[in-house]
Amino acid sequence: MRDVAVVGFAQRQTRAFDGSPNCVELLVPILHELWEQTGWTKADIGFWCSGSSDYLAGRSFSFVTAIDALGAVPPISESHVEMDGAWALYEAWLKIQTGEADTALVYGFGKSSASTLRRTLALQLDPYTLTPLWPDTVSIAGLQARLGLERGAWDEKAMAEVVARSRSNAIGNEYAVRRGETSIDDVLAQEMFADPLRRWDCAPVTDGAAAVVIAATDRLPATCRRPAVIVGIAHSTDAADLGLRDLLRSPSAAAAASGAGGTEGVQVAELHAPFSHQELILRRELGLAPDIAINPSGGALAANPMFSAGLIRIGEAARRIWSDEADRTLGHATSGAALQQNLVCVMEASA
Amino acid sequence: MTSTAEAVLHQPLTLEFDYTRSLGPVLSQYLSGLAARQVIGGVLSDGRIAVPPPEYDPLTHAPVTRMQPVADEGSVVTWSWVAEPLPGQPLERPFAFALVLLDGADTPLLHAVDAGEPETMRTGMRVRARWAQERTGSVRDLACFEPAGTAPASGPAEEPPTSAGPSPASVTVGITPVRLAYDYAASPEESVFGRGLREGRILAQSCPVCHKVYVPPRGACPVDGVPTQAPFDVADTGIVTTFCIVNVPFLGQRIKPPYVSAYVLLDGADIAFLHLILGVEASKVRMGMRVRAVWKPEAERSYSMETISHFEPTGEPDADFESYRRHL
Amino acid sequence: MSKVPAAVIGVGQTHYRAKREDVSIPGLLREAIDRALADAELTFDDIDAVVVGKAPDLFEGVMMPELFLADAIGAAGKPMLRVHTAGSVGGSTAIVATSLVQAGVHQRVLTVAFEKQSESNAMWALSIPVPFTMPVHAGAGGYFAPHVRSYIRRSGAPTEVGAMVAAKDRQNALRNPYAHLRNPDTTVESVLASQVLWDPVRYDETCPSSDGACAMVIASEAAVAASGITNPAWIHGTVMRSEPLAYAERDQANPRAGRDAAAYLWRTTGITDPRAEIDCAEIYVPFSWFEPMWLENLGFAGEREGWRLTEAGVTALDGDLPVNMSGGVLSSNPIGASGMIRFAEAALQVMGEAGEHQVDGARRALGHAYGGGSQFFAMWVVGSAPPSN
Repeated sequence: MRDVAVVGFAQRQTRAFDGSPNCVELLVPILHELWEQTGWTKADIGFWCSGSSDYLAGRSFSFVTAIDALGAVPPISESHVEMDGAWALYEAWLKIQTGEADTALVYGFGKSSASTLRRTLALQLDPYTLTPLWPDTVSIAGLQARLGLERGAWDEKAMAEVVARSRSNAIGNEYAVRRGETSIDDVLAQEMFADPLRRWDCAPVTDGAAAVVIAATDRLPATCRRPAVIVGIAHSTDAADLGLRDLLRSPSAAAAASGAGGTEGVQVAELHAPFSHQELILRRELGLAPDIAINPSGGALAANPMFSAGLIRIGEAARRIWSDEADRTLGHATSGAALQQNLVCVMEASA
Repeated sequence: MTSTAEAVLHQPLTLEFDYTRSLGPVLSQYLSGLAARQVIGGVLSDGRIAVPPPEYDPLTHAPVTRMQPVADEGSVVTWSWVAEPLPGQPLERPFAFALVLLDGADTPLLHAVDAGEPETMRTGMRVRARWAQERTGSVRDLACFEPAGTAPASGPAEEPPTSAGPSPASVTVGITPVRLAYDYAASPEESVFGRGLREGRILAQSCPVCHKVYVPPRGACPVDGVPTQAPFDVADTGIVTTFCIVNVPFLGQRIKPPYVSAYVLLDGADIAFLHLILGVEASKVRMGMRVRAVWKPEAERSYSMETISHFEPTGEPDADFESYRRHL
Repeated sequence: MSKVPAAVIGVGQTHYRAKREDVSIPGLLREAIDRALADAELTFDDIDAVVVGKAPDLFEGVMMPELFLADAIGAAGKPMLRVHTAGSVGGSTAIVATSLVQAGVHQRVLTVAFEKQSESNAMWALSIPVPFTMPVHAGAGGYFAPHVRSYIRRSGAPTEVGAMVAAKDRQNALRNPYAHLRNPDTTVESVLASQVLWDPVRYDETCPSSDGACAMVIASEAAVAASGITNPAWIHGTVMRSEPLAYAERDQANPRAGRDAAAYLWRTTGITDPRAEIDCAEIYVPFSWFEPMWLENLGFAGEREGWRLTEAGVTALDGDLPVNMSGGVLSSNPIGASGMIRFAEAALQVMGEAGEHQVDGARRALGHAYGGGSQFFAMWVVGSAPPSN
């Protein structure tokens, strides 16, 4: 396997982006930031890959217009997944492994506020037996949360601790849309939003975009002092059928962690948990040590731009290596209802 | 709608279609069962009864072929409260979504419980199906669940499930309406362009690197990936580079065929855009033909290219092929 | 940097029809997947990862359908990806699956592409008006017809060429049990007599709207050796190239992205004379005039000369460079699957398993797909011998 490092990261997150659903207006400045970070131009990129969703945008082929932001002449080697940008990162990492590229630029984008997000996501469910009932993502997460509460897998305080820590951490994150010094009691004092979930237990609807540059370690940008080398990246999927799953577990998250080489020694983990109780599930499934820093960015509870939130977790985890805060970090992404699909990326300061 | 010059344009957009879904053998039995007020589960390879029945066994991946009716009553495994129901959900007043384990089933079913208020909901409580009055072989035939202690919403004691409805496996296709409402926002460039059109102007933007002129303007030059510069007016005359004559009617069509759909390259622009050519017989339209815009009266203008009703020939000599061959 | 050699060891297709009302969406995919697994002599347990491809979700009204399909297609407990690159998606999906094997990540990857577009209406899904834009062109045919006109003008090709392609592909389809359109009476004359839909494109020169799925199993060199498959289709090279939909002086009849992709493919597979070294090709021709256009774009013919190959019968089933032996997109077009069908049919040729539409002695074949406004290209070369590069 070739060593590949994360060498650039830029993001934009906002509550209600007043612009087009293909987010070209967000991508152009993000790409500009990446050229500044790396000292590169588009000619230095060997492969481009993006993640986005037509249904989020409300138009088919919505990713096509985003290509205008790239300057794709001369023609580029480019691909797209209808998934979070984290999986586009996986495809790009793969491309570099085949030797057909040495560098890649990965981006994700989405305007969640264009419609009622939690209703739109009901279209991800079984079209025959579930979508006609329009079960929204918040309700489904609530089913999972209550199951855990009543079976002793977690309690209200543990969920509130996740929320309080996320919001407090987010004070240091200029891109977060929810932030503030928060205590467990502040959280518990909130009324129910979707019993058993309080509003703050649920990620805010966020618009945004993000991009990451990765490079084989024999092709690093000169500006990169301390590359975040990907030592493991893997993903897996669970069954969709909620009745057949144990909703208190996420075997695909455990499989992704194990496929990425395990989480021993990880000092900082950015977990894509759109609901507070899901962070508790992930910490257990990923086998994280109890004392490590979780979501210093504030995580998805501080901002959750669909189709880039997972990629942002990886970017944020990489940043902690660049800044000398940590030597080994983890970025996680999720997709589907109740943590159905999961990706784990473990990075280390250049070995 | 926005009123300042800098804000982007907004328009509501509805994506709507009644999808016809063919069901295959397993779902056909499940939904035909619901139409007959019967809940049918699938027997899995490990002996569990799964409701709804999956088409394929989770362990062996073989098609599930054995079915087993279960009761339409059971207990709540977990629930969450919907305080503000969304369009299309089973109830319009607050309700609970729940996983319900029906008597005889080994896996729970996700559905709504019409409990009235969250205080009524309890994990472990008994609930029973409330069937829709009119049933068509859809998941909505089971309208929702209700607490089993209450009197049946439909009146006298339920009759046992009959085969008076559609017979088993007779429902093979279901209609699922999908309707999503969006607030569609234009990009800043589209908004500038749209406002210009309302004023009878065609605005273009050029790239600071390659200097090409783009109409309609874009957020970035597609070649160089850099933001284009301040908009400026271009003439509303140009040429047809290439075109086709549309004869075919289709769902959602807004212009009556036959009509000419053509790429129009405005004088001074470097890309062509699609528009209509009218005011000339379709068969007489030629590549290279010079045309001018015919604008709609001010009262009929909008923020889209439809503000130009069509392009018509100017009568000038055609442009030389060599002059536009690079734009094809 | 050396890639692990990869090969197709199993192919499965559904019967393509206007409406597959006999199956659900999972059932449609399983028809192709079960056939591919059987062809590869494997079970779901042998598969390491699943790569799904399809075109816009609006066709079926399901968002990210691979999520609900995971259970049915054996992806639970496995890594799964879903690719969407517009019309070329079937091809790019196969390429992503191939990368998983070439990178040494997995040994056996199942890949499937599908569309069940009869659940809505393809014309509707492709023509939904976007706010602030003016919908003019009447679907895909209306979009491409002006570029067909521009090709005819530039090349001086006679009008019958479009009809010749259509008649050839439809007659070929009669030899393909999976093909959707199966009309033995389609001739050059009958095509020329059909209604002109988007002048200059005629009704019979256009693709149908089909439901269908296509699946393949792609295996590593070691997995091939461990299998009982003696005739794998070795993947010699793959390429993807994209360009913007509109930019100054963009050539839409001979797009640069297509030319660059083909040049890269020939160079990396050691092919210096594609016309001589490629035995047959499955190329994405949804409107018949795309055959001569793509022949030029791919380098099989010089500029403005592609139509001469068609006219001379070179691309006929018994010609020197048969094109679309399966009947092509003109005979079956489940949009999300069509690209993979081209790749799979190319593989069947070099495996010697193309039945009645087999080209004798085919040892190297091209699979080609394109999408969007002729802006996304995905191609591969497969061969009966392992790659030498």
